[in-house]
Amino acid sequence: MNMPMLKTDPQAVTRAPSATVVPLNPPTPGFLRTRILPAARTVAVRILPPLVTICVLLGVWQVLCMHPGATLPSPSRIWSDARDLIVDPFFVAGPQDIGLAWRVLTSLHRVAIGFGFAAIAGILIGAIIGQSVWAMRGLDPIFQVLRTIPPLAWLPLSLAAFRDSQPSAIFVIFITSVWPIIINTAVGIRNIPQDYRNVAAVLRLNPLEFFWKVMIPAAAPYIFTGLRIGIGLSWLAIVAAEMLTGGVGIGFFIWDAWNSSRLSDIVVALVYIGIVGFLLDRLVAGIATVVTRGTAAN
Amino acid sequence: MISYLQIDHLDKTFVRGNRETKVLKDVSLTVEKGQFVSIIGHSGCGKTTLLNIVAGLTQATLGGVLLEGREVNEPGPDRAVVFQNHSLLPWLTVYDNVRLAVDKVFGASKSRAERHAWTLHNLDLVQMSHAKDKRPAEISGGMKQRVGLARALAMEPKVLLLDEPFGALDALTRAHLQDSVMALHQKLGNTVLMITHDVDEAVLLSDRIVMMTNGPAAQIGEILDVALARPRKRLEVAANATYLKCRQRVLEFLYERHRYVEAA
Repeated sequence: MNMPMLKTDPQAVTRAPSATVVPLNPPTPGFLRTRILPAARTVAVRILPPLVTICVLLGVWQVLCMHPGATLPSPSRIWSDARDLIVDPFFVAGPQDIGLAWRVLTSLHRVAIGFGFAAIAGILIGAIIGQSVWAMRGLDPIFQVLRTIPPLAWLPLSLAAFRDSQPSAIFVIFITSVWPIIINTAVGIRNIPQDYRNVAAVLRLNPLEFFWKVMIPAAAPYIFTGLRIGIGLSWLAIVAAEMLTGGVGIGFFIWDAWNSSRLSDIVVALVYIGIVGFLLDRLVAGIATVVTRGTAAN
Repeated sequence: MISYLQIDHLDKTFVRGNRETKVLKDVSLTVEKGQFVSIIGHSGCGKTTLLNIVAGLTQATLGGVLLEGREVNEPGPDRAVVFQNHSLLPWLTVYDNVRLAVDKVFGASKSRAERHAWTLHNLDLVQMSHAKDKRPAEISGGMKQRVGLARALAMEPKVLLLDEPFGALDALTRAHLQDSVMALHQKLGNTVLMITHDVDEAVLLSDRIVMMTNGPAAQIGEILDVALARPRKRLEVAANATYLKCRQRVLEFLYERHRYVEAA
């Protein structure tokens, strides 16, 4: 969450140091001074602050957990315990002894299927609710209730229905991430300016053309907000679901590590989950920036 | 005799809850092919409602609209509208905005290459080919209105409906666009119905000016023929006696007999 905030301050910070370097430049500035130095400065400005913060936090953690009776492992302890997990994410030493990257990929695979279905269903249902007042009146109250149900509460029912852990986990992903997609799409479509609808009416666009050429692009910023919330929620849900359903996956790994008291492994897995969640969010946000380029009305 | 466009005893009442507001009352108007007709009146007098009924975007409560003897009751490209705020789709380029209309109207009758050429031709007509790959956000207000005009012209409408097309533009840009519209009308001979609140614009561009009384229940107060020869030149016409007389008539109507009443 703190990355976007860090992104904004380089502009403010770069101004000050540049004033001290530029006057020293010779009349024909060399490659080093014109290209490398500014680039290095930008990198330093962006990378250095989080790096320092991490070092300080690790230091504090180390001090707090260093004494013999500590309940949680210190960073140095984690390094010595779980070194194989940290340095090589892709090792395969046996059927249940594989690198964390493989486990993350298994979880991501489930998320991809569940979230993919949720995106398609969410956008379609959202489009219907956004277009039709009666569909909204009929469905919106139900959705408002259903969306408050915690993801894991669906798990027993889906296990009963599917009788297999894999589709059940995928269903939990689906049911968790579909609500924000539906609701945001519906809001986006309800907010399509009357002007665009008039244009479509004059051109006599049929419902399918209207959907692809006006509705989707006009509502894209809202839809992507929904997708972004949705992918965040599915990543939250998969870890929890896998803890209960077992099999391969980062969630089950944590549960397994807890049962065999490998606390250091859990910490490493948490770091993986955090980074992957962050990357997923960035990915959807990145796609949104590309796709919604120019959609903002003026 | 049946006129080209016939607006026949039109009534429009908006119902909101149990409150009824009569906007238009018994509006009848005929427009001949190739005529340029302006509708002028104070804001809130139902001009835009009248245009929307002709466009088919709003349904009349009583009466109807006939175009070439056939009743109009839904929107369609034979009555292309240039909207007040351009209404270009912001995610499409200038070219694609016009092309969308061209593809929709001529998708069956013209080949791909013909449609491409027709799109470019219409952008040429409004002198906007140079910005064909730009998005609406990257061009000025006047340019957007030009593209809106090109999109409407590209549909080859039977009637071109202009809804205060220059209302949001500065005076110089507006004059420039008025000249363009005059030139296009001269060249293409479109039948045009234009809503405006600008007296000079109405007199300069129109063959006939329809003056509307204040709402609610607005009616046509007076119809004035502008007997000025075409092509008209802004500067020459400005001192012309007929022009000044027409202008005077409209001003009298708007500011003496049907003065704007606050919150009428």
